[in-house]
Amino acid sequence: MRTKRDHQSGVRNLWRLRRYLRPYRLQFAGLVLAALGGTAVGIAVPLVIRRVVDGPIAHRDPHGLIALGALALLLGVTEAALTFIRRWSQSSQALGMEATIRQDLYAHLQRLPVAFHDRWQSGQLLARATADLSVIRRFLSFGLLFLFVNLTTYAVVVALLIRLHWPLGLLVAGSAVPLVVVSRRFTRTYLRTSRRMQDEQGDLATQVEETARGLRTVKSFGRQAFMSRQFGAGADRLRNTAVDKGRQLAGTSAQFDLVPNLTLAAVLVLGAVEVAAGRLTIGELVAFVTLQLMLIWPIESLGWIIGNAQEAMTASDRIHEVLDAPPSIVDKPDARAAGPVAGEVRFDDVWFSYPGSATPVLRGICLTVRPGETLALVGTTGCGKTTLVSLVPRLYDVTAGRITLDGHDVRDLRLDSLREVVGVAFEEPTLFSMSVRENLALGRTDATDDEIHEALALAQADFVDDLPWGLDTRVGEQGLSLSGGQRQRLALARAILSRPRVLVLDDPLSALDVHTEALVEKALAGVLADTTALLVVHRPSTIALADRVALLADGEIVATGTHSELLATVPAYRAVLSEAAEIADAA
Amino acid sequence: MTVHAWRGRATELDADRTAAEAADPAAVARLRVRSRALLASLVRPHRRALAATVALLLLQSVAGMAGPFLVMLAIDKGIPPLRAGDPTVLIEVGLAFVAAASVEYAGKRGFLRLSARIGQDVLRDLRQRVYDHFQRLSIGFHERYTSGRMVARLTSDMDSISELVDGGIDDLVLAGLSVVSVAGVLLYLDAPLALVTLLTFPFLLWLSRWFALASAVAYRRTREAVALVIVHFVESLGGIRAVHAFRREPRNQQIFDALNDDYRRANLRAFRLIAVYSPSIKLIGNLAIAGVLTYGGWQVLHGKTAIGVLAAFLLYLRRFFEPMQELSQFYNALQSATAALEKLAGVLDERPAVPEPARPTPLPAAGGGRAITFQDVTFGYRDGPPVLADFTIEIPAGQIVALVGATGAGKSTVAKLVARFYDPVAGTVRLDGVDLRAVPDTELRRAVVMVTQENHLFAGTVADNLRFGRPEATDADLMAAAAAIGAHDFIAALPEGYGTDVHRRGGRLSAGQRQLVAFARAFLADPGVLILDEATSSLDVPTERLVQRALRTILHRRTALVIAHRLSTVEIADRVLVIDDGRVVEDGPPSRLITGGGRYATLHTQWRDSLL
Ligand SMILES: Nc1ncnc2c1ncn2[C@@H]1O[C@H](COP(=O)(O)OP(=O)(O)O)[C@@H](O)[C@H]1O
Ligand SMILES: Nc1ncnc2c1ncn2[C@@H]1O[C@H](COP(=O)(O)OP(=O)(O)O)[C@@H](O)[C@H]1O
Ligand SMILES: [Mg+2]
Ligand SMILES: [Mg+2]
Repeated sequence: MRTKRDHQSGVRNLWRLRRYLRPYRLQFAGLVLAALGGTAVGIAVPLVIRRVVDGPIAHRDPHGLIALGALALLLGVTEAALTFIRRWSQSSQALGMEATIRQDLYAHLQRLPVAFHDRWQSGQLLARATADLSVIRRFLSFGLLFLFVNLTTYAVVVALLIRLHWPLGLLVAGSAVPLVVVSRRFTRTYLRTSRRMQDEQGDLATQVEETARGLRTVKSFGRQAFMSRQFGAGADRLRNTAVDKGRQLAGTSAQFDLVPNLTLAAVLVLGAVEVAAGRLTIGELVAFVTLQLMLIWPIESLGWIIGNAQEAMTASDRIHEVLDAPPSIVDKPDARAAGPVAGEVRFDDVWFSYPGSATPVLRGICLTVRPGETLALVGTTGCGKTTLVSLVPRLYDVTAGRITLDGHDVRDLRLDSLREVVGVAFEEPTLFSMSVRENLALGRTDATDDEIHEALALAQADFVDDLPWGLDTRVGEQGLSLSGGQRQRLALARAILSRPRVLVLDDPLSALDVHTEALVEKALAGVLADTTALLVVHRPSTIALADRVALLADGEIVATGTHSELLATVPAYRAVLSEAAEIADAA
Repeated sequence: MTVHAWRGRATELDADRTAAEAADPAAVARLRVRSRALLASLVRPHRRALAATVALLLLQSVAGMAGPFLVMLAIDKGIPPLRAGDPTVLIEVGLAFVAAASVEYAGKRGFLRLSARIGQDVLRDLRQRVYDHFQRLSIGFHERYTSGRMVARLTSDMDSISELVDGGIDDLVLAGLSVVSVAGVLLYLDAPLALVTLLTFPFLLWLSRWFALASAVAYRRTREAVALVIVHFVESLGGIRAVHAFRREPRNQQIFDALNDDYRRANLRAFRLIAVYSPSIKLIGNLAIAGVLTYGGWQVLHGKTAIGVLAAFLLYLRRFFEPMQELSQFYNALQSATAALEKLAGVLDERPAVPEPARPTPLPAAGGGRAITFQDVTFGYRDGPPVLADFTIEIPAGQIVALVGATGAGKSTVAKLVARFYDPVAGTVRLDGVDLRAVPDTELRRAVVMVTQENHLFAGTVADNLRFGRPEATDADLMAAAAAIGAHDFIAALPEGYGTDVHRRGGRLSAGQRQLVAFARAFLADPGVLILDEATSSLDVPTERLVQRALRTILHRRTALVIAHRLSTVEIADRVLVIDDGRVVEDGPPSRLITGGGRYATLHTQWRDSLL
């Protein structure tokens, strides 16, 4: 049965989180003790009351009264102190665990390959790192603790009740049976509902993020009303699920309230009968009832705790869906550092298809870029150029064949050293809302200002000096506070910063005006002179930078050679590159 | 300087906040008032249902209150006749108990259901309001607020309000009710004992006041800390390619850990406040119980109070102080939710910088494009230097105008002003003679469509994306538009053709394919003014040629602003404006400018040379 399996996986995944509890296990034991102690003291108070009623008052003993009053005072202070200790250390423990899980989740997400992030909605990831984690935090601190405490309280109180008067005590113990029945029915549906709700929360978060990112487009087409309706529909779904969840919880908590109350009624009537028969004193009956009243809260809150546990299970399922995703692009156990490299990049019968898609994008690519050589990659839109170049720094791994750097399969090299050797400029400059310096350095935190200025100069990005705080100026989100050409030049500067041995530049000049382009090309020629480079280009002008050209068509290399060779011998090449030819054709 | 140097400096000191959220105490107080008003306006539509929940709660609470009273009855009134062999009173009490329990059950269940519905309706309403308002706010606002923060407001802040809705309201009302009614019962049972109990009130109030002040500050910090965590999370994972390629992971982790720890500490501060507050309340209650026990016992000893009364009194006393615990929990949740609500109130309070006109002027009927006028327009981004100064141009309807110039010259800025992403600081932009600030948004959007440099596709099918500008377009329309610009072939070759999901931000497509789809989307919207801002920059030459050829037909009977660096696109223009540093330095038909020996001529030669 599906629910049963869901339940099992939920329990298992929740159990797996125990590793986060481990550093706090002493503290947790202390918590349980403090909580139990607090409860025990709470239980003791009615007993003291009984003693007062049956003892000093019945025997008209003022000294005994004062002594017992002092005892009650002591107990009261102890209870408050224990509660304080519990809450104080509970908060640091719960928040500590939450922070650690979030940290691990983020670390894992960073390790997961680009292909994973292509597939997953960012809002779903975010919901896992925030909403789901706080559900788990609530459970690991309060829920779990009170599950312990309440069950223990229940057992202890029932034992005390049995000792006080065993037939009535057994009656109270028997009230657990309907509770178990109720909770079993409850968990069956609640598990699914809470999962649905968490998923819908993630969906809604995704929708918000999409809107935020695409707001220019939304505004440009005046589609606010449409987006609003779409969001409204998501919000409605979430609302309905939440109401459904609330309905289930309402029924169950009310039942968890009803059962102890009915038991109390039975105890009262039967207890009175016993008192009348002289088998129980009034003081004992009062104590019995008082004790039993103490059970109402633990039992009632058990309904809530069970609900919380279910939510924590589904949340934990969701978190483990991410944590269990294998980071497929990682160092091999015996991976070696790239060391000083000459920079020969070779594609050896490389095949690639995107995960989840059957048709290969690259088919049997064989290509060698000699050390220091600049190879231009030319082809029509969508033929696989970007895909090809993103295999070099292992943003994706080849499906078949291999890519070697100086003869070593890139998969045998340590990732960080491979990516240190390979500098990349994407066709869409990815900038973050942080300082220009941080955007340029990214991972190379040791880059000096001199190096940064040199890279900026090469990329003709001296506009940075005119920004209000120079390198310290915060770049708007996605770099949108810059013009397109400015963004692109920053991305280029980033790629050539600290002069990597291998450069991968994906259409790096597309947003530049002809004049700036010429300047960048001139500067770039110096850099490329002794750097191995793969250059995706569309414009004939940029090809001048390349020593050789490879023509990619439909995922296959159809020709390689120098520009003039190909121009002379390969008509397809001329067609892809020559605007003049096109103009001539059109005429 | 901001705390985190890596974030860099921005013009606004508090770029992270809305205008209403200034740090001075007066602003904070104002915001409190606003968030209360917001809450009131959210709750108002549910007055009736709320009244019903209060009734259900009363029922539940009265039934719950009956318990100890019935215990007293059973002991004082039921047992003596039972000893004499008369069980009727006891049986009656027993039945009354069962009845009370059933009523309590029904009341509780009904209440919880109803209140869940109200709470969720309120949340839903709030979500929509905030979302809609975010959409109304200008691009300029979003540029500094960032998407991560918007996400934080609509997720994490909502969560903290929903915690209140989920667990709180009934506790509040129920606990409040039971405190008040128990106080009444206590007074009725034994006034002197009750007065001893009420002595605790000043302490409780003082303690609550302290907690209110301290926790408001703490929770406000929490909201800001979590927003920073979310901003970093969303942004860094959104750019995961760059993160991987440039080995940014350790640095990201370092930053994330710091933010995460800030958040943890902010939370810890708030949690510790409640860790002090709640046991203190308990302590006061316990002291009162010990006091009453001694004093009451003494009273019984001297025959001034009956045993049953003392027993009941003590039972009620626990019922008096236990809800105080719940009240303190509720108060805590309320404080947390209020901090979140304040943030949302701050957003809702933000006036759109590019507002809908109060008195809209409809555009005249379009006939073959629309005229665009810039008159003495001065514009700068936020507090930055002016990008355009005294910018004046006149574009008649139906003209195809190319904007040419170095990157950063201000071409896109001109385009964005026509699309009214921003309003000029001085001067006016007009469309068919109507000031853009007076044009109703829906009309403007139908009239002007812009293909931006950073074209954004939404997760969803190609068809969904194409239809974004014209929802009623038929499949045939889609294909015709795609075919017109040469995108049909590649779309048809996708695994599910027009039904292929393009993934988040169109990641399933190559950059050029994305541009084609964005282009087709704009074309399909059929606007009177089409703005193409480097709309073909990622295309290969033949594809771009195809688009250019299509442009002649596409732009027929439209006004067009075309920004392109490859002058082949410019050749179809009726007129070229060369922009330099925010000024028009040359203006004329391309054929004339080419021969003029000016900048355009130079550019053109340079471009010609760059060709094969
Ligand atoms: N993440 C992805 N998942 C599936 N298919 C993709 C993905 N990214 C690109 N593609 C497809 O792979 C092909 C090659 O894309 P790309 O390498 O970006 O082309 P280009 O040569 O224009 O750079 C295109 O047909 C595109 O639709
Ligand atoms: N959103 C923005 N916020 C602040 N400055 C901006 C913003 N957009 C552009 N700028 C600045 O305005 C100037 C003009 O940019 P833009 O109009 O995009 O130039 P382009 O002519 O290349 O399209 C540039 O210096 C750029 O840095
Ligand atoms: Mg590409
Ligand atoms: Mg631009």
